[in-house]
Amino acid sequence: MNKWKHKHLLDLQETTRDDIELILETARSFKEVSSREVKKVPALRGKTVAMLFAEPSTRTRVSFELAAKRLSADTLAIQGATSSLVKGETLLDTALNVEAMNVDLVVVRHSASGAPQLLANGTKMSVINAGDGCRAHPTQALLDIFTIKEKLGRTDGVRVAIIGDIMHSRVARSNIAGLIKMGAQVVVCGPSTLLPVGIEQMGVESTTDINKALKGADVVMALRMQKERQQDSFLPSIVEYVREFCITPERLRIASPKALVMHPGPTNRGIEIAAEVADGPQSVILEQVTNGIAVRMAVLYLLLGRKSK
Amino acid sequence: MNVLIKHATIVNASGEAPVVQDIFIEEGKITGIGPSIKRDGVREIDAAGKKVIPGLIDLHVHLREPGREDKETIETGSRAAVKGGFTTIFCMPNTAPAIDTAQVVQYILDQAKKVGLVNVYPVGAITKGREGREITEMMDLRRAGCLGVSDDGRSLMNAGLMRRALEYAKMAGLLVMQHCEDDHLSAKGVMNEGALSTLLGLKGDPLIAETVIIARDIEIARYLGTRVHFMHISAARSVELIRRAKAEGVLVSCEATPHHFTLTEDAVKSFDTSTKVNPPLRSQTDVQAIKAGLKDGTIDCIVTDHAPHTHEDKEVEYDGAPPGLIGLETAFALAIKELVAGGILTLPQLIEKMSAGPARIMGFLNKGEILVGKDADIAIVDMDREWKVTKEDMVSKSKNSPFMGWTLKGRVMATICGGKVVYTDRCGNDRQ
Repeated sequence: MNKWKHKHLLDLQETTRDDIELILETARSFKEVSSREVKKVPALRGKTVAMLFAEPSTRTRVSFELAAKRLSADTLAIQGATSSLVKGETLLDTALNVEAMNVDLVVVRHSASGAPQLLANGTKMSVINAGDGCRAHPTQALLDIFTIKEKLGRTDGVRVAIIGDIMHSRVARSNIAGLIKMGAQVVVCGPSTLLPVGIEQMGVESTTDINKALKGADVVMALRMQKERQQDSFLPSIVEYVREFCITPERLRIASPKALVMHPGPTNRGIEIAAEVADGPQSVILEQVTNGIAVRMAVLYLLLGRKSK
Repeated sequence: MNVLIKHATIVNASGEAPVVQDIFIEEGKITGIGPSIKRDGVREIDAAGKKVIPGLIDLHVHLREPGREDKETIETGSRAAVKGGFTTIFCMPNTAPAIDTAQVVQYILDQAKKVGLVNVYPVGAITKGREGREITEMMDLRRAGCLGVSDDGRSLMNAGLMRRALEYAKMAGLLVMQHCEDDHLSAKGVMNEGALSTLLGLKGDPLIAETVIIARDIEIARYLGTRVHFMHISAARSVELIRRAKAEGVLVSCEATPHHFTLTEDAVKSFDTSTKVNPPLRSQTDVQAIKAGLKDGTIDCIVTDHAPHTHEDKEVEYDGAPPGLIGLETAFALAIKELVAGGILTLPQLIEKMSAGPARIMGFLNKGEILVGKDADIAIVDMDREWKVTKEDMVSKSKNSPFMGWTLKGRVMATICGGKVVYTDRCGNDRQ
């Protein structure tokens, strides 16, 4: 197994399969920590991790915060950091101020694609991308891959169907990049207006036919569908979307009998996924959330923990 | 003081002179070209080993004054121009206020005269405030000194208004310069739409945003029998549409920029905001087509679209950065690299694209050529000199160049505008 040699985690394009395997392996050992009576190890004692969330997020921020705390790092949250589109302090300026407080690592969420890159280039801190624009959400993809491997025992040859608004989804992009490196087969499916130009060049199959996408799928991943897509003329109506693409119990039967049902959350029940499916026996949605902490502990540890040696 | 250029190898669009000659300049005009001219009390410049070319003409520059003097001024923009070998520049009307009245034209001309380095021609707006609603007082703009009109930064989206603008501008004797971008199609895209924009998660600006306007305006120009000029074309399909229109005798001309024939969208991978430009950097196919269009004459001229922005404005997320990059100081060397060294154009053909061609488009009879009787607008270039693009070397007020750190070959050693030596390279040795 290769040693970890990255300073940042910005996306999964630049990570190798070995990198991903190392994160998964590290996460497996940290998963146990969260089930202990005392959910804490001293791995990152004395380290400071800042959460710079310029876009609303609850679960990702909380997940990172718990991950850092269970590793004994100090955490601070910088709320309401503005984008340069709004007047005020720029993102880079905010980050430089954070850096001046001797913070070791910054976890950043931003509505603009590439914003974490700006911080990686402009500051000396390690940067974890917690979601930027439509570009990448690497820890979400890693926790998804972790969950798939844990449940199915493998990723090679696993067929994953990602259903919904592919165009605006950073979760889809990071999952595609990561899953393909892990030997999985990925099919993306959604309304034609929401399948971005050239998506096939990422190595996936692309279709508007949900039956075709679900056929033989070992994993069915539904994405959040936002109501604004109707105003932007991507969709005639949410009702029509539900009719054509919602993961219903009937549709789920097209997939492999024990197919996993996944969703990055928060779910719009009855829109992209039926409540019976989200709560059904095949759903691993809440396990994804649990695994998220272990995976984020692993990433924080690999980026910060080994430096102190 | 009159100027005598010694040992000049003159290169015009028509070709390179076979022998070394001297050029004598009096009262702003070229009055003598011949072997061993001798004059007393003149400033002598030794051009031995250099090429002496007609001053470059740039139809597309943003000087930012009035309104955004923090980005560039008429003075700093003029300095950048002469350093790049330009002697005539056309400044775009997206200033604050816009260049939509004779008063603003006059203000710019007055400032430019005070600076006194380069011929500045303000391009008037097509519509008042560049708002795309009512056409400007074009007769007055023409009288004030405009030669062209444009709403650059925006297309005239209303086809009916474009028709009226073309008709009226013809009467006023103004060239209509169209920024080609259907904004419903570009839809706030920040880079070329394609597999790479999908990969990077950046909003795509598809090339059809450009081509639908070109196709539309070719039809309008053909119907009216008027001339239209397409600015900064970037897509292979645009070149094809214009090539066909020219073959059919439609009165169209167009321009392309060094960045669109040098860089592809791959440069955006860095998220370096100096690669954010409108129209966006496109694919390798498009770059090849721009070069082919320059070679076969479909593309008439090279312009910089010099668009200065402050560090503060550019040092933000890609989505939030204003589009544009500076080009006056790198254009000639990039053209040498990509086009001349790249085997696309000869040096005389490059001079056609950067001087004689734009002179013809704007109707200058005394510019774009080194000949007795013409305006003494001249650049002296060292084709072999290598230099590095650095912030320190740049004289533009802004430094937003994606070519920062590049080593280029071919440097302007001196520029003469209207008979006056307006620039000499500090590492040059022009004085005997």
